[in-house]
This record gives sequence, C-alpha cells and structure tokens, in this order.
Amino acid sequence: MAGHSHFSPANVEEHFEFTSEGKRRVIIAFIVGLVATIIGIYLLSKGESGGHEIAAAGHEAAGAGHEAAQAHVSGGAVSHQAGAEEHYDWTNRIWANVWLNAVFFTGIAVVGMFFVSLQYLTKSGWSSVMKRVPEAFPKFLFVSIPILALVFFFKGDVIFHWMHHGVTEVGNANYDKIIAGKSGYLNKNFFLIRLLGFGAIWIILWNMLRKKSLEEDLIGGTDLFTQKVKIGTAFIVVFGASSSIFAWDWVMSIDTHWFSTMFGWYMFASWHVTTYAVIVLAILYLKDKGLMAYVNENHLHDLGKFMFAFSIFWSYVWFEQFLLIYYANLPEESIYFLERWEGHDKIYKASEVLMVLLNFLLPFLVLMTRDAKRTRIFLKIAAFLIIAGHYIDFYQMIMPGVLGKHGGYGLVEFGMVTVFASAFIYMISAELTKASLVAKNHPFLPEALHHDI
Amino acid sequence: MSHVVSPIREHLVTGGKSYSDVTHDICKQVEGEPTKEWKIAFAISCVIFAYGAYCLFYTWWQGIGVWGLNKTVGWAWDITNFVWWVGIGHAGTLISAVLLLFRQKWRTSINRSAEAMTIFAVLCAASFILAHMGRPWLAHWALPLPNAFGSLWVNFNSPLVWDVFAISTYLSVSLLFWYMGLVPDLATIRDRATTKGRKFWYGLFSLGWTGSAKTWARYEYMSLILAGISTPLVLSVHTIVSMDFATSVIPGWHTTIFPPYFVAGAIFSGFAMVQTLLLITRVVFKLEDYITIEHIEMMNIVVTVTGSVVGIAYLTEFFIAWYSGVEYESYAFINRATGPYWWAYWMMMTCNVISPQLFWFKSIRTNLMVSFFLSIVVNVGMWFERFVIIVTSLHRDYLPSSWAMFSPTMYDIGDYIFSFGLFFTLFFLFAKFLPVVNMAEVKSVMKGVSSNFPKKVAKKSKSEE
Repeated sequence: MAGHSHFSPANVEEHFEFTSEGKRRVIIAFIVGLVATIIGIYLLSKGESGGHEIAAAGHEAAGAGHEAAQAHVSGGAVSHQAGAEEHYDWTNRIWANVWLNAVFFTGIAVVGMFFVSLQYLTKSGWSSVMKRVPEAFPKFLFVSIPILALVFFFKGDVIFHWMHHGVTEVGNANYDKIIAGKSGYLNKNFFLIRLLGFGAIWIILWNMLRKKSLEEDLIGGTDLFTQKVKIGTAFIVVFGASSSIFAWDWVMSIDTHWFSTMFGWYMFASWHVTTYAVIVLAILYLKDKGLMAYVNENHLHDLGKFMFAFSIFWSYVWFEQFLLIYYANLPEESIYFLERWEGHDKIYKASEVLMVLLNFLLPFLVLMTRDAKRTRIFLKIAAFLIIAGHYIDFYQMIMPGVLGKHGGYGLVEFGMVTVFASAFIYMISAELTKASLVAKNHPFLPEALHHDI
Repeated sequence: MSHVVSPIREHLVTGGKSYSDVTHDICKQVEGEPTKEWKIAFAISCVIFAYGAYCLFYTWWQGIGVWGLNKTVGWAWDITNFVWWVGIGHAGTLISAVLLLFRQKWRTSINRSAEAMTIFAVLCAASFILAHMGRPWLAHWALPLPNAFGSLWVNFNSPLVWDVFAISTYLSVSLLFWYMGLVPDLATIRDRATTKGRKFWYGLFSLGWTGSAKTWARYEYMSLILAGISTPLVLSVHTIVSMDFATSVIPGWHTTIFPPYFVAGAIFSGFAMVQTLLLITRVVFKLEDYITIEHIEMMNIVVTVTGSVVGIAYLTEFFIAWYSGVEYESYAFINRATGPYWWAYWMMMTCNVISPQLFWFKSIRTNLMVSFFLSIVVNVGMWFERFVIIVTSLHRDYLPSSWAMFSPTMYDIGDYIFSFGLFFTLFFLFAKFLPVVNMAEVKSVMKGVSSNFPKKVAKKSKSEE
C-alpha cells in the first residue's frame, strides 16, 4: 500500500535542536512584545488610548443610543457593571491582560497533557508518532500557574468583583447579598487552595508521565506503556473535575452574579480546539525544518479532522449556551450577552461577531474538504484563525467583566500576547530538545508509521 | 486502512476463524429453522405486545385522561418514556458513525445489532409521541404542511417542532445506514439460498449487489458520507430533546448544560442496552468468537466514561443551583434530593453514577453476569433520571396550594409495556431473519485482529496486495 513508502526506518531517532539563531528570534519577539507593552502602559498612564482602541470611537459615538443601551443593561435584575466602574484605575488593564493570557496559555499547556492522556486511555495508534510535541506543552504550567497565583494574590480585587472590599460584609455600603451567599466557595483562601492544589496535581502527573515516556526510549517494553495508561487515566479523572472548577473560578466568577451550568465545558471546548491548532502549527514548523518526515499527510489529515470537528463542537457549545439563555430570557442570565452586545458603549460587539466568524465559519469552510486537511498551507491558515479566534473568545469572556467600557485592543494587548506566546514557544522548544522527536519504543509506533487513510 | 496491528492489541475475532467460517457462523441462524428458545421468547414478546396494544388502544379510545396526570404534573411517564427510548436509540448511530470515523475496528461485530436496536428504540419513542397526541389521526399537523386553515402553521419557535425534524431525520438516516450496511450480507444469503422464497426475498432486498471492486469502493464512500452526516445527528437529536425542557423557565429544567449532558446520558443508556442485548445474543447464537470479552470490556469502558460525564453534570447542576443564589433553583435541587421523591433521586444517583464505577475493576468489567446485571441497572437509572427531571421539577408548583404528587394508572404502565412489546418483537424478528453481525465488515478487519488467522488465507491476501 501507498503508506509504506513514507517511512524510512533510518529517521527513527531524531532530535530537535533549539539553535542560538532560533533562540535569538524568540527572544527578539519577547523583547518586541515587552517594549510594546511598556509603551502601551506609558500611553495608558497618560490617559491615551494606546493604539487603535475601539473604546475611543465608542466614546465619541456615545449619543442617545448608547444611553438607552446602558439603561437597558443596568435595568436588569442585577448589574455587574457597577463594580467595574467604581473601582476603575488605568493599571487594571495591565492586570486584566496578564490574567487573560495566563488563563489562555495555561489551557494550551494543560490540554497538551489531556491529549496525550487521551491517546493512552483510548489506545490510539496513529498519534504515537507525534505525541512528543503535545507532551512538551505542559512545561509552560511551571510559569503560568505561578503567574495566576501571584496575580490573584496581589491583584485579585482588580479582576474579581467578589474580592472588592466589603461586598460580603453586612452593613457595608458595598454589601451584596448574592455575592455574600457565594462566599463559602468564592473566598481568597479556598480559591488559592484550588488553584495551587489542582495546578500541582497537573504538574506532578505530567512529570510522572514524561519521565516514563523518556524512560521508554531507553528500555522499551509494554510495562511502561501500561503504567502510562494508568497515569493518563488518573489525569483525565482529575482534569474532568478541575477543568470545570477552573472555568468557574478563573473566568465565570469575574461576572460574579452570573452563572451558567454549561460554562465549564464551554471553556474547555475553547482551550481544547486551540491546543489542536497549536499542535498542528508546531508540527508543521518542525516539518518545515526538515524534521518529522514520518508525520505524513495522513497524520495531518487526522489532526485537521480534529480541528474541524472541535471547531464545530465549540460552536455547538457556545451556541447552545447562548440559545437557551436568549430563549428563556431571564434577566439574571441574559445580561451576560446583553453586556457583550450592547453594553459598555458597544465596544465588545465587533469582537463577538468576529469571534463566531473566526471560530466557526472560517475553520468550517477552510477545513471542509479532504484535500484541505492534507495540505499544509490550509492547515496553517485554519490553525492561525482558530488561535486568534479563541484568544478573542477568552478576551470576550474576561474583559467586559473586568474593564467594562475601558477595554479595547491596544499596544498592551498586542504586546502582552506576544510576550506570553514567545515565552511559551521558548519553553516548549527547550523541552522538545530533551528527547527524541519520536517515541521510538512506543508499542503503537508501527501502526502509526504505516498509517494510511 | 493499513493492516499493521500492534501485537499488544487484543484479538477481536477468536477461534482461528477463516472467511468461510464467518459466513457459516452468521448465516446459520438465518438459514436454519427457528430454535425453540427463539419461539418461546418471540411468543412472550408477542403476548406483551398484544397486552400493550390493548392499553394503547384504550388510551386512544378514551383519551389521555386515563393517565395519572393532574393539573400540576401535566407531563410524566409519557414524556419520560419518550426521552428514555430516544436516549437508548443513540448507541447505534454512535457505533456505526462515530466509531467508524475514529476507525475503531471493534465496532464491526456489534454495529449491525446496535443499529437495529436504535431503529426499534426510535420507533418506540415515536409511539409515545403518537400516544401523547390524544388524537393520533391528526399527527400530520405536527408537520409544516400547507393546510386548509389559512395561515395556521406549526409553531416554529417550539422545541417540540424541532423534535419532529430532528427525530424524523435521525430515523431516516439511521434506517438508511443500517439498510445499506445490510446489502452485501443480504447478497451473501441470496447466493447461498437453497429455497426459492429465500432467493427471491433476499435477492430483492440486496438490490442486485455484485460484489465487484467498484461496488465495494462505492460502499465505502457511502459509509463515510453517511457517517459524516450522522455524526452531527448523534448530537442534535438529544440536544433538541433536552431543549423541550431547557428552553422553559421551570427551575430544574432551565439549565444550559442540558444539551451535552443529555447527549452523554443517551450514549450511556444506549450502550447499556446494546450490552444487554448482545450478552444474550452471543450466547443464544453462539457468537462468542465474534462478540468477545474484549468487545464487552470496551462497551463497559464507554459506559463508565459516559456515566462519569453524566455524574459531573449532576454535580455541576447541583453546585450551580447553590452558587446562583436563586431561591427557586436551589429549592428545586434540594427538593429533588431530600423531598418526597428522594427515592427516585437516589435511585438515579446510585444506578447512573455510582454503579458504573465498579467497572474500574478489570475483573468486574470482564465478568459477563455482572456486566449483564449492571447494564440493566444503568437503564433503570436512566429511566429514573428522566422521571426525576420531569416529575420532581413539576410537582412543586410556584403556588404551594398546587403542590401535588403523581401516581401512574394502569394505562401509564400499560403504554410503557406496549413499547417493550414492540421493541422485543421487532428485535426477535430481526435476529431471526437478518444476520446479527455484519459479516462483510468483520471480514474486512480480520487480518490483523483475528487470533490464529489461518496462514494460508493471510498469505493469499498478502500476495493480492
């Protein structure tokens, strides 16, 4: 069969070299991002918008229409906006961005582990040839989990309405009965325990799996494989609970009054499809370097199918959540979408439309045909669209609640995402060099090398 | 698809079967006389069917006032049974479509009966829609047909109308998928036929299948295309069913997690039902070499995973009901667990969330008796899940003076029995007259997954490559 010719056994051990040239490029990107962030911060401190900020246009256009929209939004049973408005300080935007990126990249890192675990649990053969790539992703958790903890500890009150002074204190001017009712769950200590506890379990399980995986290259045999199936299963059980809990903690509780039972799976769907896109980009980058020749169009086809399918899955979850809230039209629920659609001087409306376009329509059309899923350029286009789209998705989840009408896309946003992305690339590249790019003793490797669809 | 299979995988066909053994083993029960066990089982299901048909007829004759509904609980067993059967009807398409897309070779031994079961379960569900209507002769009013009443259309905003589209689409595609998969096997039976009648009937339904390379290529394209079409259907049907409840503003019904959680629950109960049926079929028809312990273990794993997903959804709902701070919402859930219907709630929790956790032990998930018992437990639990969602959310009205309980009459029960009669009668007819395992597809994966695959055959097919 045709599949046989793609593989030449000579390449079975292969190492990625993170050259000084490569390092320099990533570091330059990091510095560019940092400089952009600093200029952005400087502009913000001067009261400038810092780049093309939609908010500015929104302010000018603020006429009767905007007034009406505001009244409509705050006319609901509850208003979250009040919190963001009262406490606004220009530095909030910095912390909001750190939080946004830390959550986004934590997701990409941890879903790398989820993907590998799932492959072990389901005994998937085809993916054994490329599993070293997602296996390296969780390394970034060593950076992102501490960032989340630090930002929460020192600047949590900027991000979370429920951490504002006095909201749970009876008799205080800020007292909020609904938030007080949640304080058994939403309080500083318990939040930190969950964050650090599950974060630590993620990292420990990944370390165990990674160690066994590298050991397998030296020893081989099926014992290590069975042990990894067990670690992977344990991780999936932990992740099943913790992914939902973190979605409530890190993102849903920003809009403290609001609630949606779908939210945990919605955020997971967003993280999940983004990670597929990152895996595809990483593999295509390595292939462009002349590495991983044994990952052929058949494996890419499968990854393309996953990007396609999980883009649709995200759309399903997003739309279902929207539809049910829209249909029942209960004020305490519908305010969430109302705020993003016509609240805050309508600055989030364009992103909302763009997000659905980038996350559903474009990947759906680009990846529709078989040929597209087997062609590198289409996969690259789709992967970039998906990553950008889901960055905006997280932006839409986090910014309206934290910044209200002071949000926008400026140098800080651009700079911060560049900083995080280059740090991510640096750490993952360094991790990739530590092992052969192919797990040469993986018991399913022969299946993967003969994969032909 | 490549035939390279890692040696650590379990065999999916045991006993060193050759291709002709497969044909013989599967065709045997179609071609032979009905066995005594089959006759007895079929007779029993016909009796149940007849009794149920009487109850259903009486329901239609008298109107749905014969049910135990009252003005507070206006929807109970009728919709519970409907959702239950639709849920069961999810496994077939999941196995034939989703597992095909995921290239799971173990699906080939079980897809035929799973798909048949799906179709029969959806028919049972449909019977409750008709029973609901009170006036079934006006059933076509659910369709958006041009009519003599001016601009009187169906209410397109209603999830019940979406149901009509979702389920009829699902039924059509499942039927098509099942039938197309049957064609090569029907042709096999036609070619082996010794009687005129059999040659005629199987010949008619095998649509002139020749078995040429071109027909096979088309067959494979068709399978993939239908799998692509049915995969979204697996999600859409129970999504829409969940919206019958979730679009409302009843506490306990209106919750955004409903669509994916209903889908997971449907796959859960569907797999349990496939397990129940196949554990019997493999013994009665002596198919232990095709439906192996490995298959049973795989299905038990799917049951555990989906059961746990459903468990997470239960806990999420409960947590968010508290977290929301909405009094009605919190009350609805506390009432479920501790109110007058506490037994239904804990029945659901035990059967659906706790009992499948036993399958974490390999010795339990490979034990046939325990698997059989737990597969029934799961479906009991899933019936209670729907009962809990529907009845306990309704029985505490907003006005305490309207609080009520629901007690079924013999017609609630009889109509439910009708669906069992219908289901088993159809399933036994299927099991006798059609091959219960897809011979053609089992043969297509045998090289590589069969233990002691005869060397001569392996060599021959290698030279053909």
